[in-house]
Amino acid sequence: MSDEPEQLNSAVLRTQRLTRVVEGRTLIDEVSIEVRCGEVVAVTGPSGSGKSSLLRLLNRLDEPTGGTVYLDNRDYREIPPRELRRRLGMLLQRPFLFPGTVARNLAFGPGAHDEELAKETIAELLDSVGLPGYAERDVRRLSGGEAQRVSLARTLANRPEVLLLDEPTSALDEAAQLGVEELICRIIKSQGLTCVIVTHDRDQATRMAGRTVLLEAGRVVSR
Amino acid sequence: MLSGFFADTLQLGIAQAVISAVLALAIVYLARRNEIHLERETAVALVRGFVQIVAVGSILVLVFRGPSWTSAFVLLFMMLAAAATSARRARGISGAFVVSFYGIAGGAGIVIALMTVLGVIDPRMASLIPVGSMIIASAMNSVALALERFRSELAANVGLIEAGLALGAAPNQVVAPHVEAAVGAAMIPRIDTLRALGIVWIPGLMAGMVLAGSDPIYAAIYQFVVVAMIVAASGLSSVISTLLIRGRAFSAAEQLVI
Ligand SMILES: Nc1ncnc2c1ncn2[C@@H]1O[C@H](COP(=O)(O)OP(=O)(O)OP(=O)(O)O)[C@@H](O)[C@H]1O
Ligand SMILES: [Mg+2]
Repeated sequence: MSDEPEQLNSAVLRTQRLTRVVEGRTLIDEVSIEVRCGEVVAVTGPSGSGKSSLLRLLNRLDEPTGGTVYLDNRDYREIPPRELRRRLGMLLQRPFLFPGTVARNLAFGPGAHDEELAKETIAELLDSVGLPGYAERDVRRLSGGEAQRVSLARTLANRPEVLLLDEPTSALDEAAQLGVEELICRIIKSQGLTCVIVTHDRDQATRMAGRTVLLEAGRVVSR
Repeated sequence: MLSGFFADTLQLGIAQAVISAVLALAIVYLARRNEIHLERETAVALVRGFVQIVAVGSILVLVFRGPSWTSAFVLLFMMLAAAATSARRARGISGAFVVSFYGIAGGAGIVIALMTVLGVIDPRMASLIPVGSMIIASAMNSVALALERFRSELAANVGLIEAGLALGAAPNQVVAPHVEAAVGAAMIPRIDTLRALGIVWIPGLMAGMVLAGSDPIYAAIYQFVVVAMIVAASGLSSVISTLLIRGRAFSAAEQLVI
């Protein structure tokens, strides 16, 4: 932790020469980026350039083989993984909902930390993702777009400080894509969330983010 | 019919073995006609099984003449061999052998020791070794089933498991349904055995005891005793091995590593 002080103060999330090598292949190669509070940063790049790998490292679903990540100037390896993952809410490309009702899915994250999610909070969350009255629906009977919205609400139920989105709309058809994209933008704005969004769609990157980081073969080639 | 031709039991046994092996190979041949290729594996398994069981029979002849504490070593050896067999079901998971061994030793070992102390298993070698081996063999199968199922559950549910982790849940919570599925898969055959006992299945031990002249009612009750011990040992073994393998499925930083 010997960096310049102004960096230390402004960045919520900062990677320092973050690297991951698996079986001799370098997936992420000394990536150093920073994300300031309230900022929305897009990560783009061709397929296989390491966008998902980078996001998984940010959330520590994978372990860096070199470098590290600072969350509020604290090396994230000092933060218990469950706390870290709760603070860095991640939305995966596909929703992966737990079997059962929509409400059960929303209550999962808080429940994992021994907190109960009030009925009113569930209703508010569902309102905010445009699915009022869906609490008791069985997740098997949701459309792809609805499932992704539930997944977003599930992540938001944890009240994350930073939102990590991995191609949140790429599994959806075009109409649903725009709907979910707008919804995400609205929520980010209204809650002032800091956000890293991975997308292969350059237009989506410009629509959603203030700044774009371009990855190629695991390296940052422009920012 | 056969016994008319062979006066010597050894010759009779070999003739019976040949006939039953031919039957198994005929089935394999039929399968092959239907594009199901099992011939190599079956042939190897037949030869191997025959050699092993004859070797064990010969060793038992020697062991039965030794002091009674030898049976502890024989059972320990069986547990090691059983662990090596079931560990192959969990290839790719580090420490699969150790996990299998602890599972089998913890499940079968505890049941055998406890039941012998309580007098449910006759401590004489001629009884302890065959009954113990049945319990160990079942524990081995259960451990293999549990490990196999747990591994395939994880592989099929990576997305859900990581979604749970990403929400800040503990690994144990996230894989709880898969632990349950694995233990369930391992226990179902045992519970079915108990349910079908005597109707679909008159087990070898009872048949043997009746053939050897025991009271059929006592033989029947004792067969129930053995199957109940098998259920207990299998349950314990599959729980122990699944919980141990669960611990190895995640890194210290709670990342899925299988
Ligand atoms: N666990 C792993 N072991 C080995 N290689 C991996 C592993 N995970 C990902 N890779 C490889 O790393 C590279 C980057 O993968 P990644 O999923 O991060 O790309 P991406 O930029 O998200 O691509 P896409 O746009 O197709 O989603 C790919 O070549 C992939 O095959
Ligand atoms: Mg990707």
